[in-house]
Amino acid sequence: MSNNNNGRDVIKTVNAAVGEFHAKQEELIPILMKVNQELGYIPNDALEQISEAMHIPQSRVYSVASFYHMISTKPTGRHVIKFCESAPCHVAGGKAVWDALLEELQIKPGETSPDGKWTLKTTSCLGVCAVGPVMMVDDDIYGNLKPDQVQEILERYE
Amino acid sequence: MKIKRSMVLVSSDPHSIEKGSEEIYARLVDELKAFNLSDEISLSKVPDIDRIDASPLVIVYPEAVVYGPLVPDDVHYLVEEHLYKGRIASRLQAPTKELSGKIAWVSAREGTLPAEQRIVLERAGQIDPDSIEEYIVHDGYQALGKVLSEMKPAEVIDVVKKSGLKGRGGAGFPTGLKWGFVADAAGDKRYVICNADESEPGTFKDRLILEGDPHSIIEAMAIAAYAVGADEGYIYIRGEYTLAQARLLKAILQAKEMGFLGENIFNSGFNFDVHVHGGAGAYICGEETALIESIEGKRGEPRPRPPYPTTNGLWDKPTMVNNVETLANIPPIIRNGADWFKSFGTPSSPGTKVYTILGNVNNTGLVEVPMGITLREIISIYAKGMKNGAHFKLAQTGGSSGSIIPAVLQDTPMDYESYSKAGVSMGSGALLICSEETCVVDLAKVLLNFFRFESCGKCNPCRIGNQRAFEILNNISEGLGSTKDINDLQEISKWLYEMSNCGLGQTAGSPLKDIMKNFRAEVDAHITNKVCPAGVCQMSGKTASLV
Repeated sequence: MSNNNNGRDVIKTVNAAVGEFHAKQEELIPILMKVNQELGYIPNDALEQISEAMHIPQSRVYSVASFYHMISTKPTGRHVIKFCESAPCHVAGGKAVWDALLEELQIKPGETSPDGKWTLKTTSCLGVCAVGPVMMVDDDIYGNLKPDQVQEILERYE
Repeated sequence: MKIKRSMVLVSSDPHSIEKGSEEIYARLVDELKAFNLSDEISLSKVPDIDRIDASPLVIVYPEAVVYGPLVPDDVHYLVEEHLYKGRIASRLQAPTKELSGKIAWVSAREGTLPAEQRIVLERAGQIDPDSIEEYIVHDGYQALGKVLSEMKPAEVIDVVKKSGLKGRGGAGFPTGLKWGFVADAAGDKRYVICNADESEPGTFKDRLILEGDPHSIIEAMAIAAYAVGADEGYIYIRGEYTLAQARLLKAILQAKEMGFLGENIFNSGFNFDVHVHGGAGAYICGEETALIESIEGKRGEPRPRPPYPTTNGLWDKPTMVNNVETLANIPPIIRNGADWFKSFGTPSSPGTKVYTILGNVNNTGLVEVPMGITLREIISIYAKGMKNGAHFKLAQTGGSSGSIIPAVLQDTPMDYESYSKAGVSMGSGALLICSEETCVVDLAKVLLNFFRFESCGKCNPCRIGNQRAFEILNNISEGLGSTKDINDLQEISKWLYEMSNCGLGQTAGSPLKDIMKNFRAEVDAHITNKVCPAGVCQMSGKTASLV
């Protein structure tokens, strides 16, 4: 298994994250978030290393990592799109934007495009409902979306 | 303090920051200096004003002119025209037709809108949330000082009980009673937790409070800790709220430096410290026992209750969990007294409520109004009516704690008692206003999709029931429904309520119950006549993919 993800050393990344939170068991979620942020997801060797460094069974580390939506146990694309499918965005016309997005990306929710550029996820409310429909591309929030804006927004990303 | 003739607010939400609002702020500082105006004009960063279309933006008071979207090079012209020469720089003005409710609310400060009453949002948008000094000037930490120097813990609980404050997270449990349970619980170590895992769809009131006035929550937690005998607190904030997290962390540092947190606060012998714990994306963690599990570093799966967190909470110690909006009411109640608080709202539900107004209306956004206002008033006054003159069909009041409220209830006072008598729930404060273009089957499908996605999976009724209900609704919306489906949906709703482990599962079936009760004919039309009266559902006759 590769010891190198996102150009980063997995063991070093994990040890730094574990050290930052003093290997406290109750800090498992912030530690996983940190590793996820650095590596883009939690690879298997990171799971092993976290388990070892924190003296927590791997099964528990995995059960926590797979529970939370912001932590991924699968590799993601260079850019992650999170599309809000909660009721306020839906009522504001979200379905048409969603269809345009699927048409543009040609992947299904949960999938990563073959060129590794996009991962498409649906998400529950992002808390910016007054400007729905809303989607997030990486850390950028786009609101008041219209179907014909989708292509132009996606073109902004390399 | 110097008298300022104008107040300049710079939008500072994540979107604005990304679009260069920091640079605009810096240029404003320079330009005000260059025109020698720094002494007469106050400059503040303010949180989200829900105008992504015009951000980064600048609002100038008292004229309440909104400028945006701005680029840094506009700043010189803006300062010269508006602040130096006193003329509105009209070419930079944001289009007014798209004014959001929040702006309407900000500019309506002088009481131009009836019944506007701000208690928890008193300072949000008016002070720089990164400045503890501004908070203190606006009565900040006065309530904590009063509590620590003049009141016994039992007296604090008494005031909260007398105020009649009820939890604003959705359940509406009397706050003073909860505090009393924690104070009376056995053991020496206790915790207070602020539930800032706001995830109910359509709700973002807590984010606005935290981003706009973070110190008010820290002050309230310190008061609560003193009252129940805790010395440690946690703020559990959802992972997506990064700006609110940063503001809280900064506020905690400032409060420690000033001696409002830490050891021997106000020389009273009272110690209190607050930790911020970020969530990682799980709706269920808004349920208080799941939240506690998550702070302990585990999967956010709710615990069986009883025992309740008031006796066996975090690390099995007595723990008080309060919602952000609930806590934000505490310092004003302490400063002004229980009778003052009871002068707002209705006798059974005193105080105010923050609503987020969404959907098919002319103005979306946020208002804080007294309890007991009606939906009709909200729609006509604050939402500026239905979009395109449409008819109001229903309002949905949030996620699991919400209801589908039919138009016949639009004159029912919105308070806990009246709504509960009418068999509906106020939820978390989201008001998704829907016109006749909304189909109830489609709406229920979206809500159930949310629940099946966010069910933690621990107990069967919720994990399987929500999935199954979604599948049935999906079939109905494709014209594949049968009369048996009605019965099945009613059974699922009932079993979710009776057999789920936690409050979220118990109420997940309420959209099903609500549409059967109030919109049965519309559901029947889908099943019997294979017609969607609102023209929303596909009715394709084919099974749709369930992804």
